[in-house]
Amino acid sequence: MGSYIPSTREERLAMLESIGMHSFDELYADIPEALRLKDGLSLPSGLSELEVAQKIEEIAGKNTRFSHIFRGAGSYQHYIPAIVKQVTSKEEFVTAYTPYQAEISQGLLQSIFEYQTMICELTGMDVSNASVYDGATAAAEAAAMCRDRKRGTICVSASVDPKTISVIRTYCFGSGAPLVILPEKNGLTDMESWNAMDTSSIACLIIQTPNYHGLIEDGASIANAVHNSGAKLIASCNPIALGLLETPGEFGADVAVGEGQPLGLPMGFGGPYLGFMASTKDMMRKLPGRIVGQTADVDGKRAYVLTLQAREQHIRREKASSNICSNEALCAMTAAVYLSAMGSAGLEKVAASCMANARYLLEELTALGFTRKYTGEFFHEFVTICPCDAAVLSEKLAAHGYLSGLVTGQTEMLWCTTEMNTKSEIDGLIAVIKEVLA
Amino acid sequence: MKLIFEMGAPGRGCDLIPPCTTPEVTVKVPMRKKAPHLPEVSETELSRHYTDLAKQTHGVNDGFYPLGSCTMKYNPKINDAASLLPGFTNIHPLQDTKDIQGCLEVLSSIEKALCEITGMQACTLQPAAGAHGEFTGLLLIKAWHNSRGGSKRTKIIVPDSAHGTNPASAAMADFDVVNIASDEHGCVDLEALKAAVGDDTAGLMLTNPNTVGLFDPNIAEITRIVHEAGGLCYYDGANLNAVMGVTRPGDMGFDVMHLNLHKTFSTPHGGGGPGSGPVACKDFLAPFLPGLRIDKQTDGTFTEETAAHTIGNVRSFSSNFLVVVRAFCYILTLGREGIPEASTTAVLNANYMMHKLAGHYKMAYDHTCMHEFVMTLEQEKHERNVSALDIAKALLDHGIHPPTMYFPLIVHEALMIEPTETESRETLDEAVQIFLDVLAESEAHPEKMHEYPFETPVRRLDEVGAARKPVVRYLYNPE
Amino acid sequence: MNYPETLRYSKSHEWVKNEEGMVVIGLTDFAQSELGDLVFVNLPEVDDTVTAGEALGDVESVKAVSDIFSPVSGTVCEINEELLDHPELINEAPYDAWLIKVKDVTDEEELITAAEYETHCQSESNG
Repeated sequence: MGSYIPSTREERLAMLESIGMHSFDELYADIPEALRLKDGLSLPSGLSELEVAQKIEEIAGKNTRFSHIFRGAGSYQHYIPAIVKQVTSKEEFVTAYTPYQAEISQGLLQSIFEYQTMICELTGMDVSNASVYDGATAAAEAAAMCRDRKRGTICVSASVDPKTISVIRTYCFGSGAPLVILPEKNGLTDMESWNAMDTSSIACLIIQTPNYHGLIEDGASIANAVHNSGAKLIASCNPIALGLLETPGEFGADVAVGEGQPLGLPMGFGGPYLGFMASTKDMMRKLPGRIVGQTADVDGKRAYVLTLQAREQHIRREKASSNICSNEALCAMTAAVYLSAMGSAGLEKVAASCMANARYLLEELTALGFTRKYTGEFFHEFVTICPCDAAVLSEKLAAHGYLSGLVTGQTEMLWCTTEMNTKSEIDGLIAVIKEVLA
Repeated sequence: MKLIFEMGAPGRGCDLIPPCTTPEVTVKVPMRKKAPHLPEVSETELSRHYTDLAKQTHGVNDGFYPLGSCTMKYNPKINDAASLLPGFTNIHPLQDTKDIQGCLEVLSSIEKALCEITGMQACTLQPAAGAHGEFTGLLLIKAWHNSRGGSKRTKIIVPDSAHGTNPASAAMADFDVVNIASDEHGCVDLEALKAAVGDDTAGLMLTNPNTVGLFDPNIAEITRIVHEAGGLCYYDGANLNAVMGVTRPGDMGFDVMHLNLHKTFSTPHGGGGPGSGPVACKDFLAPFLPGLRIDKQTDGTFTEETAAHTIGNVRSFSSNFLVVVRAFCYILTLGREGIPEASTTAVLNANYMMHKLAGHYKMAYDHTCMHEFVMTLEQEKHERNVSALDIAKALLDHGIHPPTMYFPLIVHEALMIEPTETESRETLDEAVQIFLDVLAESEAHPEKMHEYPFETPVRRLDEVGAARKPVVRYLYNPE
Repeated sequence: MNYPETLRYSKSHEWVKNEEGMVVIGLTDFAQSELGDLVFVNLPEVDDTVTAGEALGDVESVKAVSDIFSPVSGTVCEINEELLDHPELINEAPYDAWLIKVKDVTDEEELITAAEYETHCQSESNG
């Protein structure tokens, strides 16, 4: 049986006696007898470290690890530089708590300050928080930031990832905010519907670009229309795409959010990930969660500290705009190390590869009779109508070690490529598809 | 210390990605006008930069970390190793059910174990942190009342000693918060509770042991009063480390709760996350759970389905999975004997320290504590203007992470100490001596106490200046 | 501690002055001293209504947030925008750093004189 208690039973008995007690039971004298667990926990006995290692490896072995991944839809396989894993495994970072004691937490605080700066650079926004749970909760939190007494309705484009919409819907069930889904047209946010709508009570429109279908939305026109209606624009972005594409800051979003997982975090069956959030300066005090600020210490040295804390739950309690406490600090550090290792040239290279590979894949699929469902410009994902049953194709590809695009309909598939999917890998995939179709 | 933006030089960098193998493309969409100004540093500079930052960060591995309410226990390394297995890290969350049987086994097994430990019957691992779990649990309460036509139940009762997340979560779920005062022992005032409940009560949020470190002996009566009024009882699992295998929230009468895997189940806190805040509940709330419900079939395979009246999703995918893997390993390691032993030792260590400090420091509640205890520096503050903050800052020079300060709010000048079970007797003895030395110094040189710390890289930061004129990013070319 | 006699006071530490048909509201010297260094002020917007005895906004210090209670009911006709960037003005000159001006006043809390307010503060700091 394993245990992480340093003191032996004898030592503990001696400690117990030194405080005038004779049995461990006495420590629990306040717990009424009727509430005591009589027969102990119905769990297996503890295991040695070797047994745990073997067991967990065996369980991990029951998953199918695909060598070739062409699926995205919210979780992306990118190359993770070795230094990223090394840095974020440092025990000081891994085992620290939230940096409330600034004097012994400058390393963490500075790393978050650097992360905030990089997110601002990436999104073109003024201020960033220290992260929230994931991209979907970032969108939901951003929506809450935009609501006020006069405008309480939240509007989401139908081209946003359905998982994000689902999370926003759940948060709205909580807050009581009315939720409106803005229709899409040819896979893009339909701004004609927006213009035809009574938008007087709408607080914000949430779009995603590249959107769920991989298409790049017309951010500037959307921002214009939304602002003309007196509402705010929240743009959910892929951080890799921001290495190349127009930023939310440039096209006029009020809040930029997104899933930070592509920035050095493994797919990891869905988490932990990283929700990034950045806004205009005007909305800084509405940002939820932790924010690190620069200041000076008593000797005038530059130093960093958690700031604007009076927004947060531990001070504002029921009047806080969000309840977030723990965020995804180590994941934010991961993103910062990734971005530092890549630099803007590296990031651009990754983004350009993603796009080029996707177009090559599309071309090859088209030659096999696949057609695109939507015609708009895309980043690294696109939807095809397959010349066969999509689920059957997916299964057959899986048998060959290929994780296909995500099946989104009877014959529809949402494909994704990253810098990991080289030409020869794509050629391999195409060869297998040919075989399947034959 | 230099910021990473102040290091390196244009053109420096790490060569990480090969040239693209497919034909270059141009697309007709708006491109960003100027590249993001990211660091341009060599790998040497990058590596040393973070080594420098690590040296200025205090983790559990650097020393004693008795941060009350946060359960900063040792983070076992086998758990980290397990979370790095490619069979977990390289799994796409949208793979077919048959291809994720290992992940589902982890989730299903830990759900079962957490239900057993808490006395609950169903569990979701979706919430990413404790506060996220609170919000999820409150939505279950809301959905359940709604399903019974009880949408007029709009109030959540919260004691004044509660964690700030409790009222904040209730507000996010659009409940009105009714704060009730604690009695002189820091426990729930039964009369105040009786006066607060009614047909508008949706529920009560409570942590037990409570935030002053005491087990509320009236707990069964408390949950009965709330149930009789038609409300539900929410258990804030932040303090579960005191009572695992000894008593269970489900048996105390709670209907729904969250656990903090990053506290009780030893997963590292990562400087503020990622955590994991699973929600466990009684059967009657299970139909409302978020995410996918996992079932084990008779042939041993696992299936996924949506709960009948699900509140939806509270995040995109299943869980902070790699955190869950760590907690699962921890439970495997400790097992049926090790889990209660961890709790009992946590309580023993707290009482051992309290016993040695009592008579020197004033205890807020002089009574056998659970896994943590609260001291008050009110008298020192009054007599010689030495505050809890001063004591905390002096501890920094001795390599101890200070206790939680100024919480709970019902104790003035509070210091809340939680040693956890993973500290040896010597560590506790040494810490006690340091606490006593610091107190003695505060008597001899009260003025000096406002100067501490002296040994840290920076000292006493200007927090007022930081909040009045926020500088929250580095500017390459400040105007 | 300064208690100007020309002003009237609420027991929740706001000062009130009548000025050309409007009511000017601020925080007292005692209040700012108790709250410590203020880092932000949340004020209502022009045309918002405020209600006597209810919060009109709040002030933040580094570690606390405190409601500001409106001594009157009426409509906000002006806010002191300078405070949004310079909350320290409340600490430096509380009786110059007015918060809001209210018109169409329909109701008023029980307000006390400078002398009564001084006694009230003394009893609070002894309590």
